[in-house]
Amino acid sequence: MTNNTSASAAETFSRRQFVRSVMYGGLAFYGMPAFARASRPPLGHVVVIGAGFAGLTAAKYLREWSLGNLRVTIVEPNPQFISCPQSNLVLGGSRTMDELSFSYALSRKQHDLQWIQDTVTTIDPVNKQVTLARGSLHYDRLILAPGVDFDYSRIPGMTSPVTEIPHAWKAGKQTLLLRQQLESMPDGGVFAMTIPQGAYRCPPGPYERACQVAHYFQQHKPRSKVIILDANADITSKKGLFLQSFQGAYKDIIEYHNNSEIIQLETGSKTVRTDFETVQADVLNVIPPQLAGKVAQNAGLANVDQRWCEVDFVTYASSAHSEVHIIGDSISAGLPKSAHMATSQAKICAAAIIDIQAGMPPNPLPVFANTCYSFVDDKQAMHVANVYRYDPAKKSMVSAEGGGVSTHASSQEGDYAQAWAQNIWADTLT
Amino acid sequence: MMNRLHIGMALVCGLSWAASLHAQDSTAQVTTTLAASCAACHGPQGNSLGGTPTLAALNKDYFIQRMQGFKNGSIPATVMHQHARGLTDDEIIALAAYFAAQPRQTPLTAPHQAFQGAQ
Repeated sequence: MTNNTSASAAETFSRRQFVRSVMYGGLAFYGMPAFARASRPPLGHVVVIGAGFAGLTAAKYLREWSLGNLRVTIVEPNPQFISCPQSNLVLGGSRTMDELSFSYALSRKQHDLQWIQDTVTTIDPVNKQVTLARGSLHYDRLILAPGVDFDYSRIPGMTSPVTEIPHAWKAGKQTLLLRQQLESMPDGGVFAMTIPQGAYRCPPGPYERACQVAHYFQQHKPRSKVIILDANADITSKKGLFLQSFQGAYKDIIEYHNNSEIIQLETGSKTVRTDFETVQADVLNVIPPQLAGKVAQNAGLANVDQRWCEVDFVTYASSAHSEVHIIGDSISAGLPKSAHMATSQAKICAAAIIDIQAGMPPNPLPVFANTCYSFVDDKQAMHVANVYRYDPAKKSMVSAEGGGVSTHASSQEGDYAQAWAQNIWADTLT
Repeated sequence: MMNRLHIGMALVCGLSWAASLHAQDSTAQVTTTLAASCAACHGPQGNSLGGTPTLAALNKDYFIQRMQGFKNGSIPATVMHQHARGLTDDEIIALAAYFAAQPRQTPLTAPHQAFQGAQ
């Protein structure tokens, strides 16, 4: 699977089958329902790098919608799927990491995905070749879904990761470490969190996190403080809703400070200096500035401000290489970097690749939805919901009329948020 | 509209009937792709794991009635009015037909596993 010879043999066979099907199979399509076209010729080999929400969804729907006529190989270094959505609830104490951890086995089996647990070393878009730590792969189409990478070079005083100062912005060990630090912190302590300027994964995530930590403090350490040092000019998502919590239930705990970029950070004492103040924290959470995943950067695909990847929103093809598609958090878009968005993009991309491989034009006007919930405590949540349509003049996905946010956080929406999680996990992982 | 556009394109290009057949498939795929965007809350092919309505095998007229009600505000909603208002009437009709045609089944649950310590 990882060696060239067998991959080429499989592709030669596919092409022969393709030609034969075109020659003899054409008439067989007539009168058959679209879904029964099992004789559809093989449409080539797609390699998907990254099995998060975006990559795994693309792989599933490439197989399903091509009726198995596209071969799909996934390359993913991690042994299991960890959900970033709801990982802030681990900090608040109402979720465990086990509840957010899933096996890839069912998805592999259900969709007959070829799976390589490995890391990518280089991509050669000219020869359509991916080199892995332990082998190489040839593709007809490549999908990159590497998520975000962290840019520590922009943090004065902390230009490389420091174990004691977790980001917890990719769910897993880091989430547990931050939770342990909060548990060990004495009552009356200070939890400080820094939010980077510009695009980052999960726009409402930092404010949800502040609420979750405040919820934990309220229950267990009521004299403690949450200080949000936001490099942005204002709350970047669900502002009015988060202010209801910051100024309501958590008014004695949360302090929100805008325009608070890190001027200097002292890692030993966990001290952050901004233009306005110096904050010494007991527990410090630095959410680093972000950019496209390393795989995309190394392949020269991060061509917007050298941070994010420019794509065509009809096919998600990179503007640098038309046979390399990029989906999810790595792309440059006026779209929130959310899990639902990643899966919606993945589905558009999968449908477009099937059309292209079949020699047909992809849908020129894609439409999709995004719904994103944030929890303010263990039960109450609120949402932002929008439909997005492709605007050919602007060459971007534009928010349709009628979208919006909740009027207030509620337990009813908390139940919806749990239903969202169960359903998007099932859609992605089965 | 998509239907006409695709068939129109196929005719202009002088493609065979086989290609226009694919064009019809493409129209169906456009709705399938749009409907797939609903899965985050309503489950795969509209089979919800609970907490939100199952849309699979839902009566087509009822789907349209509800969605139009969300869209024009006559049916109160927490979330759905914001999605319904973003969809065209044609899209709502196409989605109604798509979900009505999906078999109602018990969806598979995502397979939980003990956390193994990554990242």
